[in-house]
Amino acid sequence: MIIGDTKPLEEILEMIEGRERVLVLGCRGCVTVCNVGGEKEVGILATTLRIARKKAGRPGAVEERTLERQCDPEYIEELADVAGDYDAIVSIACGVGPQFLSERYPDVRVFPGINTTFIGGALEHGVWAERCQSCGNCLVHHFGGLCPIARCSKSLMNGPCGGSASGKCEISPDVDCVWHLIVEKMAKMGRAEELEKVWPTKNWLTSRDGGPRVRIREDLKQ
Amino acid sequence: MRLQYPTNIKVIQLPCSGRVDILHLLRAFEDGLDGVYVAGCMEGDCHFLTGNLKARRKVEYVKKVLESLGLEPERIEMYNMSSAEGPRFAQVANEFYQRIQELGPSPVPKAQAA
Amino acid sequence: MKAGSNLEKVLEAGHFAVTGELGPPRGNNVEEVKHKASFLKGIVESVNITDNQTAVVRMSSVAACKILIDEGLEPNLQMVCRDRNRIALQSDLLGATALGCKNVLCLSGDHQRFGDHPEGKNVFDLDSMQLIAMMKKMRDEKVFLNDKELDGAPAIFIGAAANPFADPFSFRVTRLAKKIAAGVDFIQTQCIYNMAKFREYMKQAVDRGLHEKVYLLAGITPLKSVGMAKYMAKFVPGMDVPEELIKRLSGVDKKQQAAEGIKIAIEQIQEMKEIEGVAGVHVMAIEWEHRAKEIIEGAGLLPRPVVD
Repeated sequence: MIIGDTKPLEEILEMIEGRERVLVLGCRGCVTVCNVGGEKEVGILATTLRIARKKAGRPGAVEERTLERQCDPEYIEELADVAGDYDAIVSIACGVGPQFLSERYPDVRVFPGINTTFIGGALEHGVWAERCQSCGNCLVHHFGGLCPIARCSKSLMNGPCGGSASGKCEISPDVDCVWHLIVEKMAKMGRAEELEKVWPTKNWLTSRDGGPRVRIREDLKQ
Repeated sequence: MRLQYPTNIKVIQLPCSGRVDILHLLRAFEDGLDGVYVAGCMEGDCHFLTGNLKARRKVEYVKKVLESLGLEPERIEMYNMSSAEGPRFAQVANEFYQRIQELGPSPVPKAQAA
Repeated sequence: MKAGSNLEKVLEAGHFAVTGELGPPRGNNVEEVKHKASFLKGIVESVNITDNQTAVVRMSSVAACKILIDEGLEPNLQMVCRDRNRIALQSDLLGATALGCKNVLCLSGDHQRFGDHPEGKNVFDLDSMQLIAMMKKMRDEKVFLNDKELDGAPAIFIGAAANPFADPFSFRVTRLAKKIAAGVDFIQTQCIYNMAKFREYMKQAVDRGLHEKVYLLAGITPLKSVGMAKYMAKFVPGMDVPEELIKRLSGVDKKQQAAEGIKIAIEQIQEMKEIEGVAGVHVMAIEWEHRAKEIIEGAGLLPRPVVD
């Protein structure tokens, strides 16, 4: 899923400064699962904003709503009758949300209430880690199911660099050296020899480097 | 035991301190209350194993929110006590009341009673 | 002969080779480069010019290489994958060889989080293995990475680094083999202090016959003090400084530690000469260029052979 992180309260307060009617808008997709932008977090953020504004003596109105998803126009459309009533919409979906909202409701000021951080999964409750860089050409099966593009700090494809020490990456003892994990896993699977292959340069055209990506499924397209 | 504690402390009973939600705590401050504390069982004695530990973490979270709002984090606290400790309950109530007295009223206006 | 560099000639002739290292200044101080180079002139086959090492901004290594050439030294251009994509790497290689560089060292590069601009974006379009392969292709096939013909192909002696002490140890010789398969001509290793472990590494390499396919130069960095030894042991990832070396340095008076460090380096070089598969030494006297001669001379490696 897409993982996000809350923005500092000061930053959000500055965004909505002087805007009377504010809608805090959540999303029931990824950000609900990673506890940053669902109905519950909408409640917490909206309440916090109300406390701040009451304290400052300019309460205005901070309302709450959560859409099924903010990355599908059909759900964005649900706001058609009310979007115009707000002086600001604070979307706490991933970066797609504020953009879809801005595109559909060009006259409404839309603000991002969270920072979209990475594509990853939960290691345990409350801990998430990056697992994919959406390079557009998945090769994890060659590396024991571990992605060197997303998980090696240097995206090395041909083995651990000289900075790998005791299973940790040179950038921090908190970061696993994924190449250490790959070498161990492949050895355990009896596939160590496969790592002798010299991987040629990667084609990054399928990645963000090739420009913004659009995917079209002709069979589904209306 | 007729133990005295301040009458303007409103007690809300929950089956377990772990049931406390960040939102409950924040709503109290939104309504202009001056302070909130959570009284949970002794650590290690939770009937639901970790309810009181979770409550403490939520209190810590709200402390940070209060700080970012420019409110004193001391306006919220977590206390642990056993249900057999009447005097301790009263003592904590007096202690917290005293603390809030010293901090003074919350700068958030009180909500109008319905 | 692939490039006809002095380093290549000396190695090819079967001599025990010696290379040095020079870090460009943190500014455009040409005199500083010349000053450091003066200490290395005539005592090494070629001098590695580091490429923004530890991700700290320094004078361009291509420019510093040119200064060395003008001073009558042979540079070994280090190139890291951190800061340049395939377009810039190929372009800089062409530029450097146009200016007379004949040796290059292909590296992944230290992550910029260590450096003085940790907020920067990194590139890592290629890894060091792919950089080696790209250079070999440019040299041997006379084409760019995209197979388009070059108008003038670079004649280069291609090098790469190896760290026998990084983890996982079991993969280190495999990685060396991969670099050879990618087309590397010579290897310079990370600083070696743990001789026992290095011997084990070399044994594995020799067992695979790798020493017959590549010239391997063992990395030697003199320890200036017990403080430096302890720092390297503790804080430099992938560095292995055995306890006995630290003890040996602590055992001498503080003023004598530098001399002791040089003595250790000399002993190491003498040991290296006897290890099968070691074709030379790479002396990295970091910010200690003026002491490099003492070490090389002490190891009986002067004067350097002249090969035509």
